[in-house]
Amino acid sequence: MNKKRWYDYLWIWSIVYFALGFFNILFAWLGMIDFLVPLVFALVGGNKHFCNKYCGRGQLFSVLGKNRKCSMGRPTPRWMTSKWFRYGFLIFFLSMFGNIVFQTWLVASGAGTLKEVIKLFWTIRIPWGWTYSAGMVPDWIAQFSFGFYSLMLTSTLIGLIVMVLYKPRTWCSFCPMGTMTQGICKLKSKDEEEM
Amino acid sequence: MKSKKYVRVDKERCVACGACVKECQRNAIMIWKGCYAKSDESICVGCGKCALICPAGSIEVLQREGSNE
Repeated sequence: MNKKRWYDYLWIWSIVYFALGFFNILFAWLGMIDFLVPLVFALVGGNKHFCNKYCGRGQLFSVLGKNRKCSMGRPTPRWMTSKWFRYGFLIFFLSMFGNIVFQTWLVASGAGTLKEVIKLFWTIRIPWGWTYSAGMVPDWIAQFSFGFYSLMLTSTLIGLIVMVLYKPRTWCSFCPMGTMTQGICKLKSKDEEEM
Repeated sequence: MKSKKYVRVDKERCVACGACVKECQRNAIMIWKGCYAKSDESICVGCGKCALICPAGSIEVLQREGSNE
C-alpha cells in the first residue's frame, strides 16, 4: 500500500476553506491558491501534480466517496467525460469567473453596490451578510469574496452530487482546472516523443 | 510468469487526474507529463482497481495474448 504523506491530508483544507467563509467572507480570497497553483504547475512544470497529489477537493471526494462509501460507484456517463462537455464547462466556468471580476470592477468603480449574498448554482441567492462588516476593507475586495466563495461552493456541491451518483472523483473528469491544466500540458508536450 | 491480465488506458478519454496512480499497489501506472495515464504492462497484473476508480472510464482490463481464458 502506498505510504501516506503530508499532502494526503489536504482534503482537510477544502473543509477548512468553507468553514472560514462562514465566519469571515474575506477568507474566500485564499481560494485563489487553488486557482493559481495548478496553473503554475502546468505552465512551469508541464505536469498535473496539483490534481495528482495536492488537490484537496479531489481528495475530499475520495475520502467521502471511497473510504466513507458515499458514492454509488456507477460509471460516469460518457457525455460527461467527452471533450465538448469538458471544454464547454471550462468556457462556462471561465465566463462565470469573468462575471465575478466584472461585478468586482463595477463595485470598485462606483457603478455598482456591494451585495452581501452567496449565489448557489448561479441562481439561488442566500444572504451571507454576517460574514462581513462594512468598511473593513474596500467594498470591491468584499464583492470579489462573495462571488468567488459562491463559485467555490457551487462547484464543490456539483462535485458532491456527481460523487454520490457516479464515481468518487467524477468531478475531476470535467473539473475546469483539470481540463485547463491538461490542455496546457498537452500543448507543452506536443513535440515530445512518447516513451 | 506474466499475469493473465493487464490494463490499457484510452489516452483520448483520460483526464490525467491521477486517481488510478493512488489506487495502484504496484506503482504500475503513472501520469505522463500531465497528459494521460500510462500503465507499465510488464508490472501490471490487471487487478482492475484503477479501472474501477477511474472517473472517466478510460481504463480497460485486457487479457494478455497467449493466455487462455
